[in-house]
Amino acid sequence: MSATFAALGEFGDAISFIFSERENQRGSPVGGSHNLALLWEHLKLSAAAMGLAMAVALPLGLILGHTGRFSFLTISTSNVGRAVPSVALIALFVAFFPRSPEFLNVTLALALLAIPPILTNAYVGVRQTDRDAVDAARGMGLSGAQVIRQVELPLALPLIFGGIKTSTVNVIATATIAPLVGVVTLGDPLVAFSVYGREGQIGASIIVAVLAIAAEIGLSAVQRAVTPEGIKLERGPEGRARSRFGLTKRRIQTAP
Amino acid sequence: MILAQLQIRGEDDAGDSCVADNGFCPSWIADNWERYQDPFLEHLALTLISVAIGFVIAFGLALVAHRRRWLIPPITQITGILYTLPSVALFFLLLPLTGRGKTTAVIALVAYTLLIIFRNVITGLEGVPAEARDAGRGMGLTPRQLLWRVELPLALPAIMAGLRIAVTTTVGLTALVFLAGAGGLGEEIFNDMQFRSNVVVAGGLCVLLAVVLDLLVLAAQKLITPWTRKVAT
Repeated sequence: MSATFAALGEFGDAISFIFSERENQRGSPVGGSHNLALLWEHLKLSAAAMGLAMAVALPLGLILGHTGRFSFLTISTSNVGRAVPSVALIALFVAFFPRSPEFLNVTLALALLAIPPILTNAYVGVRQTDRDAVDAARGMGLSGAQVIRQVELPLALPLIFGGIKTSTVNVIATATIAPLVGVVTLGDPLVAFSVYGREGQIGASIIVAVLAIAAEIGLSAVQRAVTPEGIKLERGPEGRARSRFGLTKRRIQTAP
Repeated sequence: MILAQLQIRGEDDAGDSCVADNGFCPSWIADNWERYQDPFLEHLALTLISVAIGFVIAFGLALVAHRRRWLIPPITQITGILYTLPSVALFFLLLPLTGRGKTTAVIALVAYTLLIIFRNVITGLEGVPAEARDAGRGMGLTPRQLLWRVELPLALPAIMAGLRIAVTTTVGLTALVFLAGAGGLGEEIFNDMQFRSNVVVAGGLCVLLAVVLDLLVLAAQKLITPWTRKVAT
């Protein structure tokens, strides 16, 4: 019982770290509003990595899906991507490009981690569009680019946003280890125990956790908003509730 | 910098120009091979233990939810939140409860596998054709017999697919458990992140482990579901 209270006590200290400023052992101020600078760096890093990943993976996924080529390669990138540890990828960039700025190195590493789910989901999303609808569009005289833009893209949007959601949550989580190579994100209090103390470690963990869950919930809402009415009708009310965490039946296993 | 970083390029390497130039040094790797043995085994053990515990819990939950359908949405939501929580954050959130070490690491890794396995077991059970169930019932199978003799065997490919994802993901995440003080190959990477040979060997071992475990699960799946093998015609 007393252990539970002690635990609550530490969580209490952590919450106070989130909201109020204090001095660390070295006399410099941490906590409270100083967390905002860490949060800003965290968001900047995540946004840069996601922007880069989407710029590469979305067009590639749509085009490959449209043509249906390189199926095996596209699907396996996401399997291989899962196996590469984030810390190894970041270390690889740091070890092989010691001269380039840390922020750039970490952004590139995070973008590489974010590409596979987006690419695979975009590819599968386009492949799974109703072939009859595509044939009908062709019959109406739409060009290849028009088919992608007006038929395949809207029908694939739910899966595409599923991939973006997976990658965003993953990037926010992984940006936490960026301080290991000198990019000061919200992970800094986690790895710099001597500077921030225990309440800093736990407090920053709470912020990261809330950030990841907020991204998941927010992007799920976007995903529902962009789902075409026709697909919602097809799924019915039960299917809609269950598609949230990827419980829908899919022919090809994609990232959740 | 921050956590105490070890200098793994020893004094006796001083004469080695390859190590001094931070190149990729096969001779250094050959000399320092044993350095990675224990972390590798630690990595393997943490992965297997976490996936095994996660599988037992998620499989049990899925069997319960298969009977009581209304449980599927709440279980999906809860395991979904556990899946979304960054594992690095979870290591530190568990600090006041379980401290630093392997227990904390395993709890965080298990939490991450639950959704993946649960979702695949449910998807697999739902994919069982109604005719197969009807045939089973017609043969006089009780619901329990139906589950173990008809539904679960037919769901095996989906279940094993989930297991493969869980295994590869967990190998990757185990590279971070050094932050919880639980060792593993991630610690070796971290010990000298600037040294190319070290990063390539430790990172390469992680990927190799993931690929080998993935292929082992795949082989096991082929072995226990002989009917999914393509019949030569």
